[in-house]
Amino acid sequence: MIEVSHLKKTYHLKSGDVTAIDDVSLRVEDGSIYGVIGYSGAGKSSLVRCLNLLEIPDEGVLTMGEYRDIEIRNGEPYYQGKRMDTRQQNEMRRGIGMIFQHFNLLERSTVYDNIAYPLKYTGRSREEIRARVTELLELVDLMDKIDVFPSQLSGGQKQRVAIARALAANPKILLSDEATSALDPDATESILNLLKNLNRRLGITIVLITHEMAVIKTIADRVAVMENGKIVEEGSVYEVFSNPQAEITKKFINSSSPLGKIERMIAEDSDFTRLNPGEKLVKLIFQKESVGEPVLTVTARRFGVTLNIILANVEYLHGNPFGGTIGVLSGKPEDVEAAIRFLEESHVKVEVLKDGSLD
Amino acid sequence: MEAWIKEIAPNLYTYRAKFFTACSATVEMFWKAGLIAFVIGLFFGVLLVITKKDGIRQNRVVYQITNLIINIFRSIPFIILLIFLIPLTRALVGTAIGVKGAILPLVFGTVPFYSRQVEVALSGVEEGKIEAARSMGSGTLGLIFRVYLHEALPDLIRVTTVTAISLIGLTTMAGAVGAGGIGSFAINYGQNQNHSDIVNVCVAVLLAVTFVLQSLGNALAKRTTNRSLFSVRHK
Repeated sequence: MIEVSHLKKTYHLKSGDVTAIDDVSLRVEDGSIYGVIGYSGAGKSSLVRCLNLLEIPDEGVLTMGEYRDIEIRNGEPYYQGKRMDTRQQNEMRRGIGMIFQHFNLLERSTVYDNIAYPLKYTGRSREEIRARVTELLELVDLMDKIDVFPSQLSGGQKQRVAIARALAANPKILLSDEATSALDPDATESILNLLKNLNRRLGITIVLITHEMAVIKTIADRVAVMENGKIVEEGSVYEVFSNPQAEITKKFINSSSPLGKIERMIAEDSDFTRLNPGEKLVKLIFQKESVGEPVLTVTARRFGVTLNIILANVEYLHGNPFGGTIGVLSGKPEDVEAAIRFLEESHVKVEVLKDGSLD
Repeated sequence: MEAWIKEIAPNLYTYRAKFFTACSATVEMFWKAGLIAFVIGLFFGVLLVITKKDGIRQNRVVYQITNLIINIFRSIPFIILLIFLIPLTRALVGTAIGVKGAILPLVFGTVPFYSRQVEVALSGVEEGKIEAARSMGSGTLGLIFRVYLHEALPDLIRVTTVTAISLIGLTTMAGAVGAGGIGSFAINYGQNQNHSDIVNVCVAVLLAVTFVLQSLGNALAKRTTNRSLFSVRHK
């Protein structure tokens, strides 16, 4: 388990103090994938570095797997009552894998030597190391690249090597710092699939930070949204994204959903969003209960209204529908009103974006 | 061959024994001072990188002191340094003249320059690689040997080549303390006795050595970029 409580970290820069982590608490269950999303500067990078003490927080209590209740006071970590020295911190880090946006492989070492890095000088025999590296290369499907140098690999392949290296010492926890942000969409997908696979097969707990909604949607079980060093919203991915509370969460959802385009279309007064009197531009968000029902057709028939669809997007998060439709609802004003009420009763969230009678 | 040399460089032929002695003195100064300066320079270069701000062993005091000493010795022209160090050389090695007396000032003249060059080479290692190695539990020694020195090797070869070439230049000045060598041979037997053929041959020899060193350095640096010099195949 990973547990963080009341973690604080302030950087004292020449230009002034910057609070990167402002009283953050979170809990990650064993075997789950926990996503932290935020824009750059939100403090998520600092947060993930504090988890393996690459950066020492100022205050807080940290549990990382078997290292329970590491207390941090005045920028010094204490474990079981004693100050953790560098050696002990290094020891702890060996049990936590980490991957990075820019892979950070040794350019002058072959794939084999990169993966063997955490295994060497640990008392393991040459044969033992060889067997483990081979096993890892099979796991990440790069056996044919064993003697190749990183400069001859694609971004996705480099990240696979980095993942193998991070897993070499059998950590129970993997930290991922924007691991797919420098990859093209295909490589991103394959790396995310690999991570999900490793999580399912090895039961490894993954904490990943990202600024991409798609990453969270694809593999995370739970998500924390960070802004200005604080976690502003936290919960299961479906909960948070189907019913966002914080402004920034809504912004993330809009930026990643095709439905987010509507705001710009309205602002630009696109032809598609021009309404006649009595028409309403509505956003219909489907809930778990409403997808699969022919609600729109039923509504149209029953109230004699039409829905001219402008944008539509429904995705599935952990088997739950997520998304909706934006369209122009037209008909007699009283029929339109009745249709909206009926939709709401049928578990469709209706948001009127623009009202033609007000134009 | 002998007849040909006799014809184009008659004076050099006359003093050929002195010339060979001078060459061997230069070679001796070069490799002895070079080896010592290599080790010490590497040490201080690493020390600068790890103790500087945000280094893996940040230490303001150590950094500032090392930095100051290097700056002081770098700003003293070598010919002055030679004279300045005479008492110290005498105390340490017993004599301040000859090849033996030249080694110490050559080391003092080379180390500050080389340390700076090593510092620059090591600073070129990406922060991310250090961070990744730290995340895998590497300690200070691991980071120095397995990341810094390992990854910076091509650049280290380049700066070592540059330093080696400048060291050859310094050895020629060591003649001023009676160390002999090609430099003093060119002045005493060439310039002072008006034997232009001797000066010309000395220039040609130094040119050839510099050229060979630089080519060797370039080739090695290229050979080690993005790959190791020797790698074991596992397939």
